[in-house]
Amino acid sequence: MTSLPPYRAEVEFDVHATGLADFEAEVDRAIQSHGYEEAVAFAVRLAIEEAVANGINHGNRRTPGKVVKVQCRIDDREIFVAVEDEGEGFDPSSVPDPTDEANLSIPSGRGLMLMGAYMSEVRYIPPGNRVEMTYRRPVS
Amino acid sequence: MSAAAARINVRHRDTGVLQIGFAEKRISDALLIQQIGDEIGKAVDAETKPRVLLSFRNVDFLSSAALSMLIGVNTRVRAKGGKLRLSEIKPEIYQMFKITKLHSLFEIFDSVDEAVKGF
Repeated sequence: MTSLPPYRAEVEFDVHATGLADFEAEVDRAIQSHGYEEAVAFAVRLAIEEAVANGINHGNRRTPGKVVKVQCRIDDREIFVAVEDEGEGFDPSSVPDPTDEANLSIPSGRGLMLMGAYMSEVRYIPPGNRVEMTYRRPVS
Repeated sequence: MSAAAARINVRHRDTGVLQIGFAEKRISDALLIQQIGDEIGKAVDAETKPRVLLSFRNVDFLSSAALSMLIGVNTRVRAKGGKLRLSEIKPEIYQMFKITKLHSLFEIFDSVDEAVKGF
């Protein structure tokens, strides 16, 4: 079987996340054309959605003019996504556990947990304004 | 000027249950989530003791912001002495509820018929 060339993209999103849905649809197609299952496309779409939303809302504090940069690379072995905002960063260990019973009714803090659950690896690059996420195809 | 299109569809069942469906397959955009939350809030506020069923039959994708909106709806319904149930959630979205343990906060049913029983 001939491998497809890697898909690569670098895009920026403003405070309104203009074009995010179209970008996610493009990434979806690239993921599926590289032979990943639909569930993987869902996972990556969710991870991108959450990371960009965090960058806009918490990193850039919805400041007009600031952008969130996204890099994406997809090949037959793995899917890599990096999302970087223009904020000061944060310490992910300081975010309360949303699954703690006392926090279940608090309507925030679930994005980081979902990114970590759906991707094979999530790394926050100090000072915390860049997150790098990788999904690795299981070895068969 | 025409009114904005409704983001939800509301059906009053004979049993008094307020059955709400979503017009959008994808619920992740911040503005859309706010609109949906506002529309559901109005429907809930119009009831004395709301029994609300949210059907996700049409929904393919949710973000954590949408989950937050649902928590807000649940709080609003319970504040009026009502009950909220969810139904027809696709497996990949139900997985989000399990990961975040929100499946223990919400009453979730496979079908509308099951959800309205004993509601």
